[in-house]
Amino acid sequence: MTAPGTRHRPERDPGLQPERTRLAWRRTTLSSTVAAVLAAKAALHGGPSAIDVTACALCCALWLGFLALAHRRIRVLATSGTDGPPALAPRHATAATLCTVALAVCAVALVF
Amino acid sequence: MIEFVRNVRLWFAPEEVRQEGVTPDYRFSLANERTFLAWLRTALALIGGGFAVDQFLPDLRWGWRVGLALALLAAGVLCSLRAVNHWVRCERAMRRGEDLPVSRFPALLSIAVAIVAVAMVVVVLVGWEG
Repeated sequence: MTAPGTRHRPERDPGLQPERTRLAWRRTTLSSTVAAVLAAKAALHGGPSAIDVTACALCCALWLGFLALAHRRIRVLATSGTDGPPALAPRHATAATLCTVALAVCAVALVF
Repeated sequence: MIEFVRNVRLWFAPEEVRQEGVTPDYRFSLANERTFLAWLRTALALIGGGFAVDQFLPDLRWGWRVGLALALLAAGVLCSLRAVNHWVRCERAMRRGEDLPVSRFPALLSIAVAIVAVAMVVVVLVGWEG
């Protein structure tokens, strides 16, 4: 016999999986922020050239791209039903990876 | 190598992953996603380390400085590509009900990081004497 108030309550996830995943996306965004700030510092160090400024602008754009990806995924995680949020799409994961790789390519341009 | 090319195709084709096997418990998929993000953070940290070597060791000879920075950046690129590849392989193994794939990448990465750390120690000591 169940109490009338608790019948339609969605089952609580004892592992708080969507919340932990959301925070993992936040941490990763924070890491990419640190990398982007270091990129800006490298570009402004010792008289910026045209290549440096371009690479720095690209890094900022990539950071914004990563932020948008994380935000989209977090929105999906927040609006999930009772049987959990849908799995991450491979295209989404690949986009996040390509942002990271492109950041490294910009870093190579800045280091030289 | 052919297996890797097939995996690369899967990165961009979500439908093909979904067609195989059964959908696993969403908690397993989310755990796999968090592992992927942790590897991506490792890659970002390596890239940040590359910037830091270039920025905060200005007294180093140009060759050493750029070499170390490039090594760290290359490790970051490898780490992020491997992150998405391993995520796809785990996702597919879970859908098929197979064992999760094993990998020697963590061992290789830790050896590479150890080598870079030893090189940094040597470089700093030699730099102070010179």
